[in-house]
Amino acid sequence: MKAVDLARTAVANTFRSKLRTTLTVLALFVGAFTLTITTALGAGVSSYITTQVNSFAAEDVLLVQATTDLTAAAEDDGPAEWDPETSTSSNSQAGGAPLAGAQAEPLTDDDLDTIAAIDGISGIDPVRSVSTDWVSTDSSAKFEFSVNPQSAVTVADLETGAQLDHSASDFEVMLPNDYLEALEFDSADDAVGSEVTIGMTDITGATHEVTAEVVGVSRSSLFASGAGANNALVTELASLRTAGIEGADENSVIAIAYLESELSDAQIEQVTADLSDAGFSAQTIEDQLGIVTTVIAGITGVLNAFAIVALIAAAFGIVNTLLMSVQERTREIGLMKAMGMGSSRIFALFSLEAVTIGVIGSLIGVGAAMLVGSGLSTALAAGPLADLEGLSLFLFEPASLIGVVLLISAIAFVSGALPASRAARQRPIESLRYE
Amino acid sequence: MAIDDPHPSAPPPALEAVGLSKHYGSSASRFDALSDVSLSIRAGECVAIVGKSGSGKSTLMHLLAVLDEPSEGEVRIHGTDARSLSARALNRLRNREFGFVFQQFFLNAQQSVLDNVTLPLTIAGLRRGARRARALEVLGTLDLAEKASAKAVTLSGGQKQRTVIARALAGNPSVIFADEPTGNLDSATGAIVEDLLFTLNREKGITLVIVTHDDELAARCDRQVVLRDGRIVSDSAAPVLEGVAR
Repeated sequence: MKAVDLARTAVANTFRSKLRTTLTVLALFVGAFTLTITTALGAGVSSYITTQVNSFAAEDVLLVQATTDLTAAAEDDGPAEWDPETSTSSNSQAGGAPLAGAQAEPLTDDDLDTIAAIDGISGIDPVRSVSTDWVSTDSSAKFEFSVNPQSAVTVADLETGAQLDHSASDFEVMLPNDYLEALEFDSADDAVGSEVTIGMTDITGATHEVTAEVVGVSRSSLFASGAGANNALVTELASLRTAGIEGADENSVIAIAYLESELSDAQIEQVTADLSDAGFSAQTIEDQLGIVTTVIAGITGVLNAFAIVALIAAAFGIVNTLLMSVQERTREIGLMKAMGMGSSRIFALFSLEAVTIGVIGSLIGVGAAMLVGSGLSTALAAGPLADLEGLSLFLFEPASLIGVVLLISAIAFVSGALPASRAARQRPIESLRYE
Repeated sequence: MAIDDPHPSAPPPALEAVGLSKHYGSSASRFDALSDVSLSIRAGECVAIVGKSGSGKSTLMHLLAVLDEPSEGEVRIHGTDARSLSARALNRLRNREFGFVFQQFFLNAQQSVLDNVTLPLTIAGLRRGARRARALEVLGTLDLAEKASAKAVTLSGGQKQRTVIARALAGNPSVIFADEPTGNLDSATGAIVEDLLFTLNREKGITLVIVTHDDELAARCDRQVVLRDGRIVSDSAAPVLEGVAR
């Protein structure tokens, strides 16, 4: 029998017992659907997180803060006793490290010197706290405005324009795209290159205005919120805030330590250990985001495990379906063998029937998952997840879709092997004799 | 086919059984279905294998059609020992040389008559167009052309058996094995099917091996081989046989 006839016969046979085939296909459908949805969910969220992580700057940066009391509290019993020699008043600083958790003590100048002296660190910048009141354009009203203190190390997820130039002496600002309408820009492109006025109040209560150029428009981001400002602008705002009063500058809680270039992972670990010995905790940005990706990977893994369980159940369904089919068609198999069909062809025929069931189940499952996933993505993007721009919750990658179909077809083939070999082993005469 | 004949002038017999035995089980529970049966069937002959049920007649037919392997003895097809052929060659032989007609029709009920008839041709690997043409041709000679696209389940008993004969003929076989070909048919329909088989034997020279317990059908054949308890008790062509075999 030719391969094409074999395939045609297998497909025709699959549909001979429609109810049984439908039920088996349904079981595979559930597995394929779940697997596709969870894989797409994992891919969608991971891709979003990756984009967000990439919105932070180079890897050779550590976020350093004093080791928190919380860590100490976890080791001892209860909160630490106040000691006028070592303790300082607690400080809540808005816009701290993303996901850093506990608030840490501000870093003193001595601390900064200590950090800078550690091998492998080429420089240290305290994250300066700037406070701004409003932003406006010539034509618009004033809107509340805050500058992300970490914009010095971040790379924005650009909608249009360019990244901030931290070495420029001109004042530059990165505008979040939700300000566009308020500031009466027609479009993101319209905003780039125009000037905005930023208003602030210094510690004496006097107000100041600074004019800066919009160099880019950023999408809202999970980890970096608020507008960005380049070093020149941050320095200007910080010095305006102190109103020329010596010592009025609050110490930063977080400092950015710049690592010497091309350090190996082991060397970075050494730097972190040194910092830890000196009483500071240091994290790379990946470290800080690691927990998020771990949680997402975990959830995706659990969901995929459910899908695999469904597929294993479906595999037994295939075995059962085909065993019944072989039983029912004993005479037909005998006849085909009597007419000179070889055992290997009989095996191929029944295996192909299993694969046909697998392909149908997986294609329908993948198709339905894409429809449901795309629908959900659209609905969620318009509703609850509207704030997370650039997030498509379900990302259907062609490779993983093909992978799901291949995996399920392979499972179907393996499941079909037992019934198929049973059919192939049948002796024509036994089959024909039975009445 | 290799020539393995002591009389070069005569062609080798189409089918030849030499000392065939078939037994099932072992020692105490051993059952001898066939004991030391020798038989030679010339090409174009029409042979009835007769006997009561359990006499071993079906077993003999299965061995002659190389559907089963003998416990002892050998089967020669056109002079070639079947044991010397590979599984593939045996499949090919059954596909090209043999046609089968069974008491139970073994038709695929939900498939069309045409699909049922083309089955051996599909197995042979013929192209779709060629299969169709050949099957329609055979169906035409059996007055079944207008039933070609009907589902097998809708046919009457006689039509079913004629479809089975069409299927057996599709591959242009040299031997047709018929196991109780009229067993499931009323006598009028049975007579039509019998006529058909004998006509094929007469006009196309197809060797007929008919297994039956129907004495009337057996009487219409050239030769009757009677089996009892796995042994040949009479063979109407025995004298000829002696001359041909060995």
